[in-house]
Amino acid sequence: MAIPGLAIKSFRNRKFTTGLTVLSIALSVMLLLGIEKIRQGAETGFTNTVSGTDLIVGARSSPTQLLLYSVFHIGNPTNNISWESYEEITANPQVKWAIPISLGDSHKGYRVVGTTTQFYENFRFAGGKHLQLEQGEWFGKIDDAAVGAEVADEFGYRTGDKIVIAHGGGDESFIVHTDKPFKVAGILKRTGTPVDRAVYVGLKSIDALHQDFQGGEHDHDPLVAHDEHGDSGEQGGLSAILLGLQSRSAAISVQRTINEHDHEPLTAIMPGVVLLEVWQMMGMVERLLMIVSGFVVAVGLFSMLIILMTSLNERRREMAILRSVGARPAHVFVLIMGEAVFLTLLAIVIGVAMVYGLMLLLQPWLESMYGLYVDISLPTITELTLLGIIAVCGFFVGLIPGIRIYRYALADGMTIRV
Amino acid sequence: MPEEAPVIEISNLRFAWKKRVEPVLSIASLQVNRGERVFLRGPSGSGKSSLLNLLAGVALPQSGRLKVLGQDMTALSSAQRDHFRAHHIGFIFQMFNLIPYLSVVENVTLPCRFSKKRKHKVLAQADSQQDEAIRLLGHLDMAQADVLHKPVSELSVGQQQRVAAARALIGSPELVIADEPTSSLDADRRTAFIDLLFRECDSANATLIFVSHDNSLVAPFERTIEFHELNHAASNQQPMLKAVT
Repeated sequence: MAIPGLAIKSFRNRKFTTGLTVLSIALSVMLLLGIEKIRQGAETGFTNTVSGTDLIVGARSSPTQLLLYSVFHIGNPTNNISWESYEEITANPQVKWAIPISLGDSHKGYRVVGTTTQFYENFRFAGGKHLQLEQGEWFGKIDDAAVGAEVADEFGYRTGDKIVIAHGGGDESFIVHTDKPFKVAGILKRTGTPVDRAVYVGLKSIDALHQDFQGGEHDHDPLVAHDEHGDSGEQGGLSAILLGLQSRSAAISVQRTINEHDHEPLTAIMPGVVLLEVWQMMGMVERLLMIVSGFVVAVGLFSMLIILMTSLNERRREMAILRSVGARPAHVFVLIMGEAVFLTLLAIVIGVAMVYGLMLLLQPWLESMYGLYVDISLPTITELTLLGIIAVCGFFVGLIPGIRIYRYALADGMTIRV
Repeated sequence: MPEEAPVIEISNLRFAWKKRVEPVLSIASLQVNRGERVFLRGPSGSGKSSLLNLLAGVALPQSGRLKVLGQDMTALSSAQRDHFRAHHIGFIFQMFNLIPYLSVVENVTLPCRFSKKRKHKVLAQADSQQDEAIRLLGHLDMAQADVLHKPVSELSVGQQQRVAAARALIGSPELVIADEPTSSLDADRRTAFIDLLFRECDSANATLIFVSHDNSLVAPFERTIEFHELNHAASNQQPMLKAVT
């Protein structure tokens, strides 16, 4: 009755300062919620990256490094795997399929992955989904390339376009194989994984490219070439092998066999295990971010407390007037308390609206720039809990000036303290 | 309540802010009848505000009898006393009478937010609370459009006090208590303000308790009470206050 009307008028009267307070809390709510949303997106995106692959094999290195370069295209292999080792591993009866991967070239900043049709047939992501083609077909001929969805989007590629591959990774490649352009044979459907950010060509094509560059023969058997170059240096050989096994339970024994491989030092990892390790490592960062944004919320609420407390002396007079016309001390308490609760709730609503607004705005950009898919859905239990905690904190912040004004109301009675 | 009951009836009243300290008020007997205009004279710090708090039902005496409009205040709960004040008493303070975020009219109709009784009385006489507020403001020479629509903080002190008077009178409360309402006004305005107050109390049939230390204002009042004669605790007041503070 009397109190809500008064509270709204009082709020309107101080709309600038209270507006700023609301804004600061709303921004902190947005930060907290935004980080939570990104965390969820990152976690799903991360765990969806690879599935159905039982082992990943690479030259001896740390499991994390192997996972990062073979699946995420981050960093480079320290060493290659020889073709003999590849043949030995695939000869194991437990091995159902094997995807060879050769890295080292790039296309306008995107990785070029040398592989075989095995990749298209057996690579799976997001709980077992197969790769699909948006246009055209997987590469067949020596100058064919299949491009990931993001690469195609970025440069507007369509099947039949010519693309040029450069030696080395990153944007600053200096050896460009302009004399041997590839033809876009197919464009993959978007997967939301690093697959979208790569160009796929045949292993043979990569070798032919480097043969040609060094003045070798065009019709050279690429597999033989691999051997030669495997001895002579960085070219040839494989960067990693993704393995699918007959049965999952064989993973540990096959892993041991590979790790104890005689001819060259190799590392085999179970991607699920390493993904979890890497995620936990990043989890530290994300927890830290949550803590920081929690503090930002605390600062926002604290600024509200300051505003309420500083206005209290001025409002003490107002309270005496309200008392004189019949307001109870409880009314006066509710007036101040209600303001804190109202401001907090308003800030939460605005903060949530800003998060969703930002997500709508930034979702395509986040996905294309960082492969981060932020799901625009109703708030999860975790998010609602966070919001609930903020609301409760706002309530407790309001208690402080509320109780003080209640005491004033009792002590001052009808006396206006100046 | 019975029509003939005195507006204020006090006997053997003792009041202290805390138990076991010397009382600030000790009144053997006081009776104010309906329709009286009482000038209550005393310097500040003499326990006047304590008496006003008791009359308003904000505080209760430690002992003795206190009846306002025939109602024994000690028999009411604090919530009932707050309602009682809302229904029956209009207050005018020395200064800072107005709520800064309410308009002039909203300040005048403020008591109607807390008292249905006064709201109904207003609506019995006028079409709306706003009409009644403007009528009262008109009597106080405050109904010009430019004044009505000014933020209250931009009104002069005299204008603010007149708005406060209209608020105290709206809904015809039986008792109007004015606590040094003219001390922030200049001399000319004081008499004009008191004239207005008298006229409005007459037409609302309200009893007026006017508290002041200004002897020059005594003349129009039919009854003057010297506070130091009324309050027997006043003589030992000064040393006690020092001991407390």
